[in-house]
Amino acid sequence: MASSQTDFRAAILDPDRPVPDGLTDGDGRPTTRRFSVYRNNVTVALIDAMRTGFPVLVKLVGDQNFDQLARLFARAHPPASPLMMYYGDVLPAFLDRFEPLAHIGYLSDVARLELAVRQSYHAADSTPLDAARLGAIAPDVLMRTRLRLAPAVQVLSSRWPILDIWRYNMEDGAQKPRGIAQSVLVTRTEFDPERHAISDAQFAWLSAIRANTTLEEAVDAATEMDPEFDLGPLLTLLIQHNALTDMITPKE
Amino acid sequence: MLDATLTPPRLPSAPGVGYKAQHFTELRTAPGPVKWLEVHAENYMGDGGRPHAQLRALRDDFAISVHGVGLSIGGEGRLDPDHLARLKHLVGWLEPASFSEHLAWSTHGAEFLDDLLPLPYTDATLTRVADHIDEVQEALGRRMLLENPSSYLAFAESTWSETDFLAELVRRTGCGLLLDVNNVFISATNLGYTPQSYLDAYPLSAAGEIHIGGHDEDEDDHGAPLLIDSHGREAAEPVWALLDHALSGTGPAPVLVEWDNDVPEWPILRAEADRAAAALATINAG
Repeated sequence: MASSQTDFRAAILDPDRPVPDGLTDGDGRPTTRRFSVYRNNVTVALIDAMRTGFPVLVKLVGDQNFDQLARLFARAHPPASPLMMYYGDVLPAFLDRFEPLAHIGYLSDVARLELAVRQSYHAADSTPLDAARLGAIAPDVLMRTRLRLAPAVQVLSSRWPILDIWRYNMEDGAQKPRGIAQSVLVTRTEFDPERHAISDAQFAWLSAIRANTTLEEAVDAATEMDPEFDLGPLLTLLIQHNALTDMITPKE
Repeated sequence: MLDATLTPPRLPSAPGVGYKAQHFTELRTAPGPVKWLEVHAENYMGDGGRPHAQLRALRDDFAISVHGVGLSIGGEGRLDPDHLARLKHLVGWLEPASFSEHLAWSTHGAEFLDDLLPLPYTDATLTRVADHIDEVQEALGRRMLLENPSSYLAFAESTWSETDFLAELVRRTGCGLLLDVNNVFISATNLGYTPQSYLDAYPLSAAGEIHIGGHDEDEDDHGAPLLIDSHGREAAEPVWALLDHALSGTGPAPVLVEWDNDVPEWPILRAEADRAAAALATINAG
């Protein structure tokens, strides 16, 4: 026997399908308008969740276009869990294949940034690393130390000026995006995620640290991108924003 | 059937409101008659950050009711073990005064549809829902409350009335009920019976909490009124009257004002809580 909730679900997500059998008003008469309440509730809820999660995308493509995008996305990718704060995690991949908006190349990377900020906001709390501990290590030991990034730290690279695009749409008086690639570091000093533009070398260093390399290996990776790479400013930035939680010194 | 000794501390028989982050400061400085807060479980299933910090701060001043919207107790499939584990974790650290969920489904297969969808009331669905309630109560180690839905349509295959269905679930599982008088009014209007007749048939002694909230008005294919559960405005006058009617049967009870969409400034929500307090005062005086 076909599952009634399977039919119900299919008809909710596809308005071209007929209303499932056996649904009536209070007098036993078949009804379309009443079933439409559920269709509408689900559609509106999913579009609202997308609008809340991707405010910059809404501005970039406009309300109507965004709602249409969200409707198509929701039909193809309903939420995979009741944790709506993470809904839309596959939107960037969806946008990469979405022809109608393919002329705006940076959309999917802006979506990745918006997701990264949301993930940072809901990430686990952590105790920041005491900078004095780091300062007390002998330089040769330091280079063989591994650093732990806070759960709220996110790092992403892009071919587009995604942080400038974000700021231009979300902050008053922000300058117009210039045509340069931007990598972004997201930190969360307390509760509100902060976004920082970082260089390719800094991105390489952070990616290496995230992959659990030693400081020395991470610096090597960064220097490959930029022979002038200076770790000092980045370490200061990370410490100031509670982005490091621990360090593992080498066993002697 | 749940061991009755596991019944947790109760919510106060006073007004509560659905917690919205924009009211955080006013709730701590000028809560008025509000003695408890309801939070939607799923909003606190992230790993940390501000939502958790706010809850930790609020629970010093308020009793907390955790209200789930994603467990899909009326679903055809088994309960999602991951979601049940998340709920257990939340209830474990927050230690709320109450946990409640809905007589509805929202998950199908691996998909969450983000709405409270209806189910027919048959012997088969009764058994399934009772099994799911047993599983939840066992996992959480506490009694849960089950809320009546707002109905927009009926199922030809139903063989139970909603009130008998709920009463039988209480009998089989030992769960309590969350009586949403706005939902009663909506369902009664939409399906053509009187809300008073629903309350007369409802097992009021099992109600551990009452919800009140606002609805919108539309009409169906035949021009008949079709009320929509929107939680986006003040509760309608006949719904307040229904609250009085319900309270006269239950006696003093925790009464929650729900306002989830177009959330107003605090004074407007507080005025609704004041009205709930007045309704409770009348019962206490009687």
